Amino acid sequence: MTARELESHGIATVIIGSGLDIVEKCGVPRYLHNDIPLGNPLGHPYAAAEQRASVASALQLVEQATAPTIRFGELKWRGGEAWRVNYMKIDETNRETLRLAGIENRRSRLEQIEKGEKR
Amino acid sequence: MQYEYETEGGLENEPVKYIEKTRSYYEAQGFDRAYKWADNAGIPWHRLSKPLIECNVTFIVTAVPDGTIPKLSRQGGSFALDEMPDAFRTDELSWDKQATHTRDRESYIPMVALQQLAEEGVIGSVSARYHFVPTEYSQSNTLNSDAPAIRDACLADEVDIAILVPL
Repeated sequence: MTARELESHGIATVIIGSGLDIVEKCGVPRYLHNDIPLGNPLGHPYAAAEQRASVASALQLVEQATAPTIRFGELKWRGGEAWRVNYMKIDETNRETLRLAGIENRRSRLEQIEKGEKR
Repeated sequence: MQYEYETEGGLENEPVKYIEKTRSYYEAQGFDRAYKWADNAGIPWHRLSKPLIECNVTFIVTAVPDGTIPKLSRQGGSFALDEMPDAFRTDELSWDKQATHTRDRESYIPMVALQQLAEEGVIGSVSARYHFVPTEYSQSNTLNSDAPAIRDACLADEVDIAILVPL
């Protein structure tokens, strides 16, 4: 939404991220998708050359694209592919923990609101 | 949505369906209203009017520069690049805490990468301020407050390109 606001006011934007379906749905002008776990959109931790390459690729996209474009980056996660299944996995081992976490989340949210800690 | 698709390296795996996963996850936590993701019909478009080497570039992040502000009170804002914290607060955001970590700031903040690209003459300059936009449950806070504030700051700083890096 922020990208759309800037783009409408003459600032070219590009997103670098790892959540393809979310960005695709929102409708942004340019997106470099790194297909790795959420948390390190620019590349593996401490892989400076890789992170720099992501930024350079995104800038190139801004320079070259002539219409809304999604570019799939070449990064591959070094730790294997299990993260794709494991992230936000729900099964019998964590169902009760999640239910309790939800209760705590709502309680904490209410507490913050009651304390006036809400914009 | 009308996109052109390009690939640098090929996609061996199907991208994770985060919208679907998030919906099920919150259902399992007992939330009765599913989060409604932004869904827009048209895509705004601004063609860059000068070469990269003449462009002033900024970046916008969702990692939190001032973690002392309570989560629900955080607002979008602009911060001096030369006062950037060594570490941003990330623990309250949704990311894959099992598969990775955020101890390397540069894996989600493109400051050093941009400074190098400026030194090498790929871009003109890195803007003196970067920007923070909180991941908000309320789309209207982003639309009516955070995004316009960042837009005004970018216009004041004569930014040509903004790189957005959501965690």
